Amino acid sequence: MTVKNTLEFVELEQVYDLLAQAIDKVGKDNEALFLGKLCITLAHRVGELDSVKDSIRIAAKQF
Amino acid sequence: MRPADRGELDSLYFDYSVFPFRRAPELDGSEVCHPVIIAGAGPVGLIAALALAQQGIASVVLERKNTVNDGSRAICVSRYSFETLQQLGAVAPFLAKGLGWTKGRCYYRDQLIYRLEMPHSEHERFLPMYNIQQQFIEQYLIDKAAAYPDLIDLRWQSAVLDVHNESDGVALSIGTPEGDYTLRGQYLLAADGARSTVRELLGLRLQGDNLPGNYVIADVRMLHDFPTERRSFFESSGNPDATVLVHRQPDNIWRVDWQILPQDDPQEAVREETVRKRVQAILEMIGHSGEWELEWWSIYTANTLCLEDYRHGRVFFIGDSAHIVPIFGVRGLNNGIADAVNAAWKLAYVLKGCAADTLLDSYSPERRGATLDVFRNAGKSSRFMTPPTRGYALMRKAVLELALTEEFTRPFADPRQVQPYTYQQSLLTTADVDGALFNAGPAPGAALLNHRLGEDDYLLDHIGTGFTVLHFSDQNALSEDIANLFAALREFDPQLEILRINVTPYDGSEDGRVLVGTAGNIRAGYDGVDGSLYLVRPDRHVAGRWKSADAGQVIAAMQRVLGGA
Repeated sequence: MTVKNTLEFVELEQVYDLLAQAIDKVGKDNEALFLGKLCITLAHRVGELDSVKDSIRIAAKQF
Repeated sequence: MRPADRGELDSLYFDYSVFPFRRAPELDGSEVCHPVIIAGAGPVGLIAALALAQQGIASVVLERKNTVNDGSRAICVSRYSFETLQQLGAVAPFLAKGLGWTKGRCYYRDQLIYRLEMPHSEHERFLPMYNIQQQFIEQYLIDKAAAYPDLIDLRWQSAVLDVHNESDGVALSIGTPEGDYTLRGQYLLAADGARSTVRELLGLRLQGDNLPGNYVIADVRMLHDFPTERRSFFESSGNPDATVLVHRQPDNIWRVDWQILPQDDPQEAVREETVRKRVQAILEMIGHSGEWELEWWSIYTANTLCLEDYRHGRVFFIGDSAHIVPIFGVRGLNNGIADAVNAAWKLAYVLKGCAADTLLDSYSPERRGATLDVFRNAGKSSRFMTPPTRGYALMRKAVLELALTEEFTRPFADPRQVQPYTYQQSLLTTADVDGALFNAGPAPGAALLNHRLGEDDYLLDHIGTGFTVLHFSDQNALSEDIANLFAALREFDPQLEILRINVTPYDGSEDGRVLVGTAGNIRAGYDGVDGSLYLVRPDRHVAGRWKSADAGQVIAAMQRVLGGA
C-alpha cells in the first residue's frame, strides 16, 4: 500500500536510536511488554487501520 | 456446593419451598393432547409458560426437581428483560427485591482504571441492570404462574424419559414417583438447561468452542458498604494471577468470581478450604475486614456453544438447551428470556389461527442470530478476561498498564454488557424504506425504546400483549383510510393495541387509545410527524415503520410477519 506522511530518513535514524536505548533500559524481561505498549500507542496515534495492519504484516514477514 | 455442615438447600437467606408431586391425569388414562409442553421450570421455561398464558394458550411445564435452583447462579437481569417482565405483568416483586445498577469499576493492580457507565436516560423506567438471585427469579415466576390455574399446569418431580417428534405432535414419556406416563402435545419447548435431556434424547449436539478458563463463583454473606456496581480486578493483590469479579446481591449477599488458571486442578479449586482461602484474600483486597459467611459456590466454563438449528420439527430449544455462552456480559439468562418470548408469541399466534405455520420458521434464525452476536461480543470479552495464548496475555498486560495513565486503552476493560438484539435481517422485518427520513426512533427489527410521558408514565406501560401500532397524527378525527387500516389490522390480530399519539388531548376510545403527543416530547423520540406509523410485534420489536404511512404498505408488513393466514 502507498503510505502518506512517512518520516524523513534522518528522523527515522533518531527513532532507531531512541528505540534501541529504550529496549536496553526496560531490560530483557520487559522488552516484549514495552514493544506491545509502544505498538498499540503508535497504532492509536497513526489513526489509519490499513496502515497499521500492513505494518504488522511487514514486521511479521520473516517469521 | 455448600459448606460441609449445611445441606444442599440450607441457605443463609432463601427458604426453599418443596413443591409436591401431584398425580397427573395421564396416569389415570387421560389422553389429552396439550397445545404446548415445556420441559424445565427454570426462568426460561416459566417465562415461556407465562407468555403463552397471556395469549390464552395452555401449557404443561415439567420439572424433574421439587424446588427451585440450588444457588443464586444467574444474577444479572437486564432492562430489556425487566421490560418483558412488565409486559407479562410480573415485574413488581423483581423491582421490590432486585438491586438496580448503572455503573462499574475496573481495577488493575488495585488501581482504578475504568469507570463503566451503562446507557441510561430520563426516558427509561428501568435501570440498565438488576442483581437478583435466581431462586427469587424462579420463585416470583412460579407465584405468577399460579395466577393462571387453568392455563399453566406445573408438574414437579416429573422427568422427561423419552421424546418422539412426530409430524403432527410430540409424545413424551414422563417418569414420576407414582409411575411413568405418556404425555402428548402439539409442540414442545425444551427449556431444560445446559445439560438438556431433550437435546440428548433427540441426538443433537451443541457446536462451537470451549474457551479456555474456568471460573469459581462464590456467594458470601457480609455487611459490606459499597454501592451496587460491577467491580472487576485484573492482577489484584487478592488474586494476582487471575481476574476477579465482585457483585452485590439482595440480602447482604455478595458474589465473588475468580478465574482458575489452566494449570490448576478444578477439583482442588472447589474444595471448601480452597474456596475459603481465596475468598478471604479477595475480601481483604476490597477492604472488607469484618466477618463473612460462605453461602454457596459453583464452577463454570466459558463456552460458546450452540445448536445448528433451534427448531427440530415440533421441538423448539429455548435458553441454555440451545446455547451456552460465557458469563461475561450477562447474556445467558437474558437471552434465554428473549428466546422464550420469541417462541411463545409465535406458537400462540399459530395455535390461535392468527398466523401461518411459516411464522415458526423465523424462530431459529432470529434467536440463533442473537446467539452468534453474543458469541462475537462474549468472545472478545473472554479473550480479555482469560487470554487464551501468550500473545493475548502480553497485549492485555500492555493495554492494562497503559490504562493506568492513558485514556485511550481504558475501553478495553469494558465488559460489553448485553444489548437487545435487533432482528433487522429477519424475514419478518420490513425494509426501512423511510429510514433516511427518520432522525430518531427504533429501526425495523429493533426493540421499542421506552419514552417518559409524564410522572410515573412511560410509553411501554401502554403497549399491548399482541401487536401494537404507534400512530402519530395532527388530527383528532381519523381519516377514512386510517380508520380502514386499523380495522384491517384488527382482522389480523384481534388483540391489536392502537396507540394514537396526537397533539391535543382527545377521547378517541372507539379507535384506539390516545397518548398526548406533546407529553414528554415523544414525537421527537420517535421522529413521528402527522401520518407516521410504527408497527410493533408482540415481543416489542418493530416490524416496520413509515414516515407517512400507506395502508397497503402497513398491511403488507403485517402479512410478512403472520404469513398467508
